[in-house]
Amino acid sequence: MTPLLLAAEGEGGFHVPSISEFFPAAILFGGTPFEFNRLHLIRILATIALLTIFVLAARRAKVVPGRFQAAIELVLGFVRKNIVEEVMGVERGRRYLPMITTIFVTILAFNLTGVIPGLNLAGTSVAGVAILLALWVFVAYWAAGIRKHGFFGYLRNTMFPPGIPAPIYVILAPIELLQILIIRPASLVIRLTANMVAGHIMLVLCFAATHFLLLEAGPELKVLSALTLAGGLAITLFEVFVAGLQAYIFAILASAYINMSLEEEH
Amino acid sequence: MSAPDHLLVLAAEGGEVDPVELFLPPFYDWFWSAILLVLIAVVFYRVVLPKFQAVLDERSELIEGGIAKAQHAQEAADKALEEQQALLAEARSDAARTREEAREEGKAIVAELRAKANEEAARITETAHRQIEAERQAAAVALRAEVGALATELASKIVGESLADSARQSRVVDRFLDDLEATQAAGAGASTGKEG
Repeated sequence: MTPLLLAAEGEGGFHVPSISEFFPAAILFGGTPFEFNRLHLIRILATIALLTIFVLAARRAKVVPGRFQAAIELVLGFVRKNIVEEVMGVERGRRYLPMITTIFVTILAFNLTGVIPGLNLAGTSVAGVAILLALWVFVAYWAAGIRKHGFFGYLRNTMFPPGIPAPIYVILAPIELLQILIIRPASLVIRLTANMVAGHIMLVLCFAATHFLLLEAGPELKVLSALTLAGGLAITLFEVFVAGLQAYIFAILASAYINMSLEEEH
Repeated sequence: MSAPDHLLVLAAEGGEVDPVELFLPPFYDWFWSAILLVLIAVVFYRVVLPKFQAVLDERSELIEGGIAKAQHAQEAADKALEEQQALLAEARSDAARTREEAREEGKAIVAELRAKANEEAARITETAHRQIEAERQAAAVALRAEVGALATELASKIVGESLADSARQSRVVDRFLDDLEATQAAGAGASTGKEG
């Protein structure tokens, strides 16, 4: 942290990644509750791209798929088989398939804007999207549990799982309640957002360092810019992987939470 | 300097932003996110996923239909083969039965004909015997009458004048008739022996 700080304070040429980058200046409606900034523009572009690709694929969908349709079906099939049906089973999963699919593709699209040149900021790196999706999951698993067991039945099932010595419930029951009220949705939000923020900061750090070392540092330091550039490239590829991974984790945890609510009474 | 201070310094550089806002963003971030999410959800729920579901269903239906069709055709072929074999077996047994019947009938006909022929032959033989016996008797009667007359005539011609003496004449005729009778009896006995 210290060299970073020194660089930030000492030489104006080195751009230091900061939290404020996730809150760019307003483009429209600045200062109102409907402020619209670059991040939201990025999200809109991601939404347009996502919907264009999938609607186009849906319009052209045929029984015998072409390459484009096969690629889209690969994504949809991955969500259906490897996430929803794997966790919930075919019968139960059918009801939640559209929800989980929407969550997966939305997060994937918004994550990927972080590595797309020109956008360079993940749509999920500020928690708004993640919070709304987590709330959706929250409502879904509560609704599933209450519909299956009734309100108190769901609470009893969750807070007092069988096969545990009675005194343990003193600790277990509040923890379980905290789980379904706060920890589950909060962990979904924090995991996703923190990953995207960290990824963005690493990328900015690498590319800013490359820029600084190559153009402004002394000749003996210029060589190091190759190292930071290679690091930036590696982290870019890593971020593509993380974008998919985080979408997968969010979707599979959402499926798991809903599925837990639907477990048979013990 | 502690870590949070660093962050604060970093943050301060680009403007006054509390890092917590990343995780609890201001209202406008929720607002714009919500609009986009609802849009995405509606399009996926209404357009994209139903369409792909329909395509998938159609595809699996096509595949299952093809399999069912093939199975149906196989079943029909099996059934036809079975029917054919049953027909063939029936035809074979029919032919065997017919052949057997014909053989029996042929045997019966031959036996009947043979019996009839035997009867006919017996009848013909009987008739012939009877006719031969009648003719033999008729010939014997005719021969006897004719031989008597011829002999008497010939004898009277040979002895005519020398038989003046009536006593001698009577003796000669009696002797001749006795001889004749004896000869006839011997001839009749010989002919009966031959026949038996």
